[in-house]
Amino acid sequence: MIDIIINITLLAFLAITSVAIVRMTNLFAIVMLFGIFSLLSAGLFVVMDAPDVAFTEAAVGAGISTVLMLATLALTRNRQKNPYKEAPHAHRPWLPLFVVGITGAVLVYGTWDIPRFGDPNSPAQTHVARYYLENALPETGVPNVVTAVLASYRGFDTLGEVAVVFTAGVAVLLLIGGRRPKQTLKQKDEGEQDET
Amino acid sequence: MKPNLILHVVAKFLIPLIIIFALYVQFHGDFGPGGGFQAGVIFSAALILYALVFGLDAAEKIIPSHILRILASLGLVIYAGVGVVTLLLGGNYLDYTVLGSTQIAGQHLGILLVELGVGITVAAVMLIIFFSFAGRGRV
Repeated sequence: MIDIIINITLLAFLAITSVAIVRMTNLFAIVMLFGIFSLLSAGLFVVMDAPDVAFTEAAVGAGISTVLMLATLALTRNRQKNPYKEAPHAHRPWLPLFVVGITGAVLVYGTWDIPRFGDPNSPAQTHVARYYLENALPETGVPNVVTAVLASYRGFDTLGEVAVVFTAGVAVLLLIGGRRPKQTLKQKDEGEQDET
Repeated sequence: MKPNLILHVVAKFLIPLIIIFALYVQFHGDFGPGGGFQAGVIFSAALILYALVFGLDAAEKIIPSHILRILASLGLVIYAGVGVVTLLLGGNYLDYTVLGSTQIAGQHLGILLVELGVGITVAAVMLIIFFSFAGRGRV
């Protein structure tokens, strides 16, 4: 019973946050709301007994990515430009609304086939999950089955994930890494303005 | 940022706790929730907090960016190296059983080393990304 109340509360807050994000134009406030959204999702994961996922969501979604977006905002501006300044009359909401309505209806229709939450006969529970739950402790001696699956049974998969993280770091270094001295950047900007 | 006494004191109080928590999540991941990914992110969050409060230059004095680049590669090398070691010991790639005298001991050691590699790479890459973004604003 208490679970249902917590779930409904968290879901309501998630919905309110997303509507607020869509309606706002102050990017600084939107970044803060993104953090709140991630924190609420982390709460939902805890209610669903997935503390490992909640951990990641809280640390990455609410923590690091908020800081990164703030760092990006510091480089740009923290107000959204009005997209309809040029031709406000060209904006007709009916076609997008129609498309969104149809898509939402199809998605809701799709949820009818989803097995109930925690259904022991759902495909996710009957495939390899049973093997992991029964054999992870005797085979690896690790009580946390998530860690056993992540690091041992699916070691190749995790190696690939670490390689992806590493590649992301290399890509950021190649694109915007290194420090540019103040003087040359200023001169470059002035030079570009002169050309235009 | 202007030096702010409250921020400085609170950050100095919080950062050691965050780092200890990161190490706990790292090495207790076998028994409770957590593991290398989460620990790496939490560890980098401690240093990012330091950089936010005390400035980017102070943070880069603790971990210079060239060391971060080495650490980011080191974690991946540890992970892939464990696989190579298991190959040399006669097992399959990333089959930790051959690392120890018993299957449990081998699996335990393998998982610990692999998670350590994950943690080092994730922490280093998060810091690299943060320093790259924040360093751009300073020019």
